[in-house]
Amino acid sequence: MLEVRNLSMRFGGLLAVDQVSLDVQEHEIVSIIGPNGAGKTTVFNCMSGFYRPTGGQILFEGREIQGKPDYKISRLGLVRTFQHVRLFSKMTVVENLLVAQHRHLNTNLIAGLIKTPSYRHREQQSLDRAAYWLDRVGLLDMANREAGNLAYGQQRRLEIARCMVTEPKLLMLDEPAAGLNPAETRDLNQLIISLKEDYNVSVVLIEHDMSLVMEISDRINVINQGRPLASGTPDEVRQNDDVIKAYLGEA
Amino acid sequence: MAAHNLKHALFCAMVTLVIAYPILGLNLEAEGTQVILEGADTLTVVSVLVAALAVFLFQLFRDTIMGSLGKLPAINPFAHREPMEQNKRQRLETIALLILVAVALVWPFFVSRGSVDLATLVLIYIMLALGLNVVVGLAGLLDLGYVAFYAVGAYTFALLHQYFGVSFWVALPIGALLAATFGFLLGFPVLRLRGDYLAIVTLGFGEIIRILLNNMTWLTGGPNGIGGIPDPTVFGMEFGRRVKEEGNVSFHEMFDVAYSGSHKIIVLYLIALVLALFTALVIRRFTKMPVGRSWEALREDEIAARSLGLSRTAVKLSAFTIGAFFAGFAGTVFASKQGFISPESFVFLESAIILAIVVLGGMGSQLGVILAAVAVIILPELAREFSEYRMLIFGAAMVLMMVWRPQGLLPMRRIHIELNKQE
Repeated sequence: MLEVRNLSMRFGGLLAVDQVSLDVQEHEIVSIIGPNGAGKTTVFNCMSGFYRPTGGQILFEGREIQGKPDYKISRLGLVRTFQHVRLFSKMTVVENLLVAQHRHLNTNLIAGLIKTPSYRHREQQSLDRAAYWLDRVGLLDMANREAGNLAYGQQRRLEIARCMVTEPKLLMLDEPAAGLNPAETRDLNQLIISLKEDYNVSVVLIEHDMSLVMEISDRINVINQGRPLASGTPDEVRQNDDVIKAYLGEA
Repeated sequence: MAAHNLKHALFCAMVTLVIAYPILGLNLEAEGTQVILEGADTLTVVSVLVAALAVFLFQLFRDTIMGSLGKLPAINPFAHREPMEQNKRQRLETIALLILVAVALVWPFFVSRGSVDLATLVLIYIMLALGLNVVVGLAGLLDLGYVAFYAVGAYTFALLHQYFGVSFWVALPIGALLAATFGFLLGFPVLRLRGDYLAIVTLGFGEIIRILLNNMTWLTGGPNGIGGIPDPTVFGMEFGRRVKEEGNVSFHEMFDVAYSGSHKIIVLYLIALVLALFTALVIRRFTKMPVGRSWEALREDEIAARSLGLSRTAVKLSAFTIGAFFAGFAGTVFASKQGFISPESFVFLESAIILAIVVLGGMGSQLGVILAAVAVIILPELAREFSEYRMLIFGAAMVLMMVWRPQGLLPMRRIHIELNKQE
């Protein structure tokens, strides 16, 4: 459903991403790994429209999306999280989820001002969806807390819930396990697998936590210094000599 | 630490002396054709020295003083009380607000004309501050040229009346919509700007409008302003002694009561009250709607908001447009209240005062902004003897507020949203 062909991104004299290709099928978890500074997040930023790639093609469900503005890409169903949590921290947890659903809501000002029945109905729907996802990530009791006051692990889960209420087709997670303790990482594992199994969402994952990556990925792409190094199933990647040398370490 | 404090305190005292002595301690006296410099009397010199000493002592013990200032809220007996239950509090608030509105409706019939006139001015500022609160408090876009939209509203009414004889009620929506259009137009060039840059551009915009009004003498009369702006009518009734427009009747003849000059003022007050209430209710509703939440989302984190499919263009433009709309409202009422407007009423200071009201009240908080509007407009009127020191007191109040209560008088409270439990 997503295909990246020969993606390149140049910042002045620096070629941050060089001829990277990857593809994601429906119902699949694909990981991107690589050393720090390898260009993983840059690939993400190109895919989600934050950067306009200097070369290559990105096709989502057969349509070219490279260079489209970020909010339009997100409306197509390609939604991302961030390496550093980016919540609306002064808004409550449930408001965070309501904001994310705005393209499902009638944005007609007059309808909202006089509360037409169809507006109320849709408002209730988005509240229900928010409640469902809060329950799903175990934050229902925190619904009216300010998002900035949540513990770090909870903020991570809220960020994923916030993406999920937009009903994405493809979810891009940028280091979702960063800063989580082992128990929280295990929960996250379960959650990501369930996103794929129960909600039929494909996932692209950037992650440094190898236990997480190896356990849940269907396929792995390795990037080193902006260039693709290897790709394949977790087992293939684990045994690839180049990958071991560049990244996993010879132990 | 102590040595550092001493050095800093000495420096501050020096600065005080250097600034205060030439300004207060030296006088220019005209002697025939010559101007000579004279030292001021002893009292002034002594006061300058005392001021320098005060600055020195304050800076020396700054940490202690600021520390105790920070503890001040603890004096408030309610500070550590358990918060009231959600629905109980809401009911109490509703009742309190209803009583407040009822009092505001009846009150003008028992007080002097001057008070009612002042109250009308307060209501105009409440409308302005509520509108700016959308732009600055909710959407987080620092707008220093807000007064331009106020001017657009006022001048729309004045010009429409002068050239086409349009009445208040027709001019009200036109003024507001035209101001909103200007807000929309200003929104375009500043889409990509944030923070300081945005502030500078909006500041420039405010000045452009004022200077245009000043210089387009063929249309606006320039610095002479426009006079003879009519008062609002109610169902074709006028409140002056004699009917000015054909077809209208005058209020005192219609109901056969003695003519009184206060009728006109009370009616204007009531109209302003209704419009201010309308403004408050509409904006309150907006904050609970998608559009209001997306303003706040953009303020909190623009990148995250865009990654969730919110268009920066639409969100920013809607904030500017809606904020400007209510400034247009206020401008129309202002023109009608004064009967005469000139570019002098729309200087930068007005923008600064409206912004100060929003910051003092607590960004985003409607009740706070209303309280602050009342305080900022009424207090200078009460302390007329000190009018020379108005700006001094104003500045000191701002500094103290920022130290003591940076979140404003009544910080914004999040709306509690009840969710259905999942089975």
